[in-house]
Amino acid sequence: MSHLKIGNEAVAFKLSGVDGKEHSFDEYKDKNAVVVIFSCNHCPYVRAWEDRMVQIQADYASKGVQLIAINANDASKYPDDSFPNMKERASVKKFNFPYLRDEAQSVARAYGAERTPEVFLFNKNGILRYHGTIDDNYDDPKAVKQHYLRMALDAVLAGNSVSTDETEPVGCSIKWK
Amino acid sequence: MSVRSGHEEKWGWWKGTALKIRFLYSEDCPSHGEALQRLHRSMEAEGISAHIEILRVDTDEDAEKLKYVGSPTIIVNGRDIDPPETPHYAVTCRAYRVEDGRVSPLPSEPMIRKALRKAKTKES
Repeated sequence: MSHLKIGNEAVAFKLSGVDGKEHSFDEYKDKNAVVVIFSCNHCPYVRAWEDRMVQIQADYASKGVQLIAINANDASKYPDDSFPNMKERASVKKFNFPYLRDEAQSVARAYGAERTPEVFLFNKNGILRYHGTIDDNYDDPKAVKQHYLRMALDAVLAGNSVSTDETEPVGCSIKWK
Repeated sequence: MSVRSGHEEKWGWWKGTALKIRFLYSEDCPSHGEALQRLHRSMEAEGISAHIEILRVDTDEDAEKLKYVGSPTIIVNGRDIDPPETPHYAVTCRAYRVEDGRVSPLPSEPMIRKALRKAKTKES
């Protein structure tokens, strides 16, 4: 399970992104919500969800929400997860959020992330308000019944408590070195 | 080999022809339960009554020996229901491209049924 618990503060990080820039959690302190998603290239669960990640960013950007995807996988064993391949994926899928490389896997460990994708939603004060999966159907976007991340974002943006603040992340295990 | 088998290997029969069905999975990939249910439903829809050899693959070494490209994998009469163009053998989760072009961690039932029908046709 995550080292971060609901109510904990975000763990700071500074990682290289596919855009050639360094990105830190602090640079988004003016946002109303920050969604950190541990992700990667090769995992079929991520691949099934990533269009929905792009759509969520598109839908919530005007409300001051920022998604950040972080890939911590060992690219020596999973070459699809290499930094050059990350750049290509971000370009092909038109990622509208930063896609960062956690080469040392230190951020993933600090957050206690175990799966891809795994969501950590922080409010404007950097407090964890939702942790878990994006929605309840990795297979078919049309069959989703519980849009967990969207519901949590709506609650956080409205200043309300999140009714389902924790779900079991579903996906591939993070590939540790 | 650290492969664990859930069932004794048996041949299934359909109208006198032999069908051998193998289901390979890794515990770390959460879709295998649903994939096995889809296989059962597909077999029922095609009128196939057969035991399924279920193998859990735990190591990359076994993946290499079994030519296992990831979880879940369904083999019908020695043929993967969706053979990858460039196979990479490893204990990993597998992506399928389903009929509407989406990527999914699960094979679709139409995909499974197509492979079962093909095997029936080839054997008859």
